[in-house]
Amino acid sequence: MNIAIDAQGAPAPGPVSCAHCGLEVPAGLVEVGAERQFCCTGCRTAYAILHEHGLGQYYAFGEKRDVPVRPTGKKYEEFDHEAFHALYVKPLKGGLCATELYLEGVHCSSCVWLVERVPLLLSGVVRAELDIRRARAHLEWDPAVVSLSAIAQQLDQLGYAPHPYRGVAAEEIRRKEDRAMLMRIGISGALAGNIMLLALAQYAGWFSGIEAEYERYFRIISLLLTIPSLFGPGWLFFQGAIASVRTRRLHIDLPIAIALFAGFTRGAINTFTGSGPIYFDAVGTLVFLLLSGRFLQNRGQRAAADAAELLGSLAPAAARVVDEQGERRVPVEALLPGMVMNVRAGETFAADGDVAEGRSAADCSLLTGEPRPEPVEVGTRVYAGTVNLTGPLLVKITQAGEMSRLGALLRRMEESARRRAPVVQLANSIAGWFVAVVLVLAVVTYVYGLQNDPARALDNAIALLVVTCPCALGLATPLAITVGIGRAAKGGILIKGGDAIEALNHPGLILLDKTGTVTEGRVRLVRWEGADSAKPLVAALERESSHPIAIAVQQAWPVVEVLEAQDVIQTIGGGIEGTVSGHRVVVGAPTFVARKTGAEDHAPDVRIEAFAEEGLTPVWVAVDGVIVARAGFGDPMREDAIASVKRLRALGWRVALLSGDHPAVVRATAQRLGLDLADAMGGASPEDKLKRVEEARTHGTVAMVGDGVNDAAAIAAATVGVGVHGGAEASMSAADVYLSRPGLGPLVELVEGARRTMLVIRNNIIFSIAYNILGATLALLGVLDPLIAAVLMPMSSLSVVFASWRGRSFDPTPAVPPRPLLSPRPEPAS
Amino acid sequence: MYLILPLALVIVFLAVAGFVWAARKGQFDDLDTPAMRALHEEPGERPSDERK
Repeated sequence: MNIAIDAQGAPAPGPVSCAHCGLEVPAGLVEVGAERQFCCTGCRTAYAILHEHGLGQYYAFGEKRDVPVRPTGKKYEEFDHEAFHALYVKPLKGGLCATELYLEGVHCSSCVWLVERVPLLLSGVVRAELDIRRARAHLEWDPAVVSLSAIAQQLDQLGYAPHPYRGVAAEEIRRKEDRAMLMRIGISGALAGNIMLLALAQYAGWFSGIEAEYERYFRIISLLLTIPSLFGPGWLFFQGAIASVRTRRLHIDLPIAIALFAGFTRGAINTFTGSGPIYFDAVGTLVFLLLSGRFLQNRGQRAAADAAELLGSLAPAAARVVDEQGERRVPVEALLPGMVMNVRAGETFAADGDVAEGRSAADCSLLTGEPRPEPVEVGTRVYAGTVNLTGPLLVKITQAGEMSRLGALLRRMEESARRRAPVVQLANSIAGWFVAVVLVLAVVTYVYGLQNDPARALDNAIALLVVTCPCALGLATPLAITVGIGRAAKGGILIKGGDAIEALNHPGLILLDKTGTVTEGRVRLVRWEGADSAKPLVAALERESSHPIAIAVQQAWPVVEVLEAQDVIQTIGGGIEGTVSGHRVVVGAPTFVARKTGAEDHAPDVRIEAFAEEGLTPVWVAVDGVIVARAGFGDPMREDAIASVKRLRALGWRVALLSGDHPAVVRATAQRLGLDLADAMGGASPEDKLKRVEEARTHGTVAMVGDGVNDAAAIAAATVGVGVHGGAEASMSAADVYLSRPGLGPLVELVEGARRTMLVIRNNIIFSIAYNILGATLALLGVLDPLIAAVLMPMSSLSVVFASWRGRSFDPTPAVPPRPLLSPRPEPAS
Repeated sequence: MYLILPLALVIVFLAVAGFVWAARKGQFDDLDTPAMRALHEEPGERPSDERK
């Protein structure tokens, strides 16, 4: 039971938790005497659905959602439309249909449980499968019995808002590529293993003697096993080498192909002549290890591209355009500025535009992270990807598709996804002179051998080619990065790609957002200067709002008598006004209050500065045109902020504050953090933040750390964009790194971990170069037997693997449950 | 020896064929979710049966 009742039957004090999500039920929503309490309608509905269908087992799971269910309430009618089906639905045998939908808010095994069961409750739904890593649900249904919109609505009611998955075609291609690579690795691994077993027998024979016929037999079988390894899985390297020669650009495939070819050919010849070394075990192992390295490398670059596509799914596919001929559906690609679109309640805006007719509220959390609905009226600018909540609107389009705010964000993300990790490029560029050096050395070895021991000259040269193969090089870097990223993820730091790790090794400028990043994001009433009699009036007014300031007021005075406020009007960025008990009350920023009341405040600037010096946001209260009180609201700084900033500076980074908050408040915060006052920029709009990032990038590395509220574009434009715990969906997709633990501590861990990972990579590269030098020297001196080559090569690879595995990159100590790349919808400020 | 070795290779071939078949069928595409599903399945628990 989650309601405490005392002897009289009245609710006893104590927190009441929601029967569905487990969070606290706000005092105002507790239903006296009710058996179960819910924190919101969403949770109530979800609970009803689950119990009605006997799915109560959900509550037995340890891992459940810890965020209230927030359905969008959309009807998803467009999911039934022909155009939608043409793009996203695949017809199957038996008249069924299949589609893939990206679901928001799935993050744990109980979500998997729900998503794979609840849709099946609707008759007509045949299959529901969730891929939790990509948050994609595969659905199959019979369109004659149930519509896709009904399935979508049900998922929405559980808190998993569905979106069409845009990148289906690209996904198919990638899936095929992945499978092909996996098959290559499996086949080459099986072949390499068996070749090694035969080689083992032959090496044993070297030492203790082996009958000639068996030796011959083993050699032939080894040859027969190597052939499919080279012409099947290994053919990739020959293709790459041919391309490298054709384009005259030295690629790492070239020395690999040369080594494989030389080893195989020489071994084949020696098999038929019956004498001389064979290199089949080295060749087979080479193919397997190098393919594994390449696979890891490709996987690493996936996550960034995935996120860009995810975000693309969040914008609608078409809009309802209104013109002289009436209303018609136009795909998003065909929308042009000047067209007027009709957006019903519950629909997502398909393009940026100005409202021409109607009045409503919009959920802009996708772009700004603000979960509070923003009032929308004639003249307000609305943005693609945000949701129209309450009333129908006619919107005149200003920017559509790629030119919309969402489109620009996507474009930037795709650009950064295409950036390859520089350290991988380093390995590729090393290949250039590596090839030259190796070929020269091979010739030298041959010539030198001719002078000393002509019979072995060719073998020595070939041994050199085989042993100096850049196997470790191809494996070292991607492995270290993969291990580093995996470790970091265990600690709640989600890194999307190796280039973030590489970039963080070049200290430059770190731009920190203030609210929610450096500070806790919770606003508290710190100072009240004025009459106590004004408090009930302010409380009554603020009860009508869910702005952080309003929450702070409600938390500051919980036991104030309840009055009613009428004609409440809230102005974004200004304040709130209304009538309480016959008085006209205005509460807000000093400039807002001055404008609304025309009141003169004696020496206003001094008080504002005084508040700002303490880091407090000033809020004035005017009753009937007279300023009766001045309040200061503060956002406490995080405990680890000062120490973290100090550590970051010690590591060589310049730290600056970039915030939309009042400049004086930002300056005060900067001072407390020990920063240069020149590095504190307040009052910044999203465009200001973007500009600052862009101009800083010309001087060096820029890391932008924010929670997505108005800084998504800046995060996408930075060299390394870091999204912070609790941030908005859009900026989390745009970020290169996502910190799922609060505070600046994880940021320091990220920077330090990146440095250590690069150290591991550098050590690996040095190892492999050292081995190559050793091997080349031995080959030159004619001492290199195939046995030694076969031993040296796996040893160099294994030492690289070992160093990456055990190397200190990220510390996995704080055990945090893993979070997906995109966080669940932000909860309302209450 | 001349029998055993080819026999062993036949077994390897079968194993690889099985692997390739599984990869083609997409069984290796998602390695995370099936691990979670193992905790869920319980006998006779299909909700669609209960409703009838």
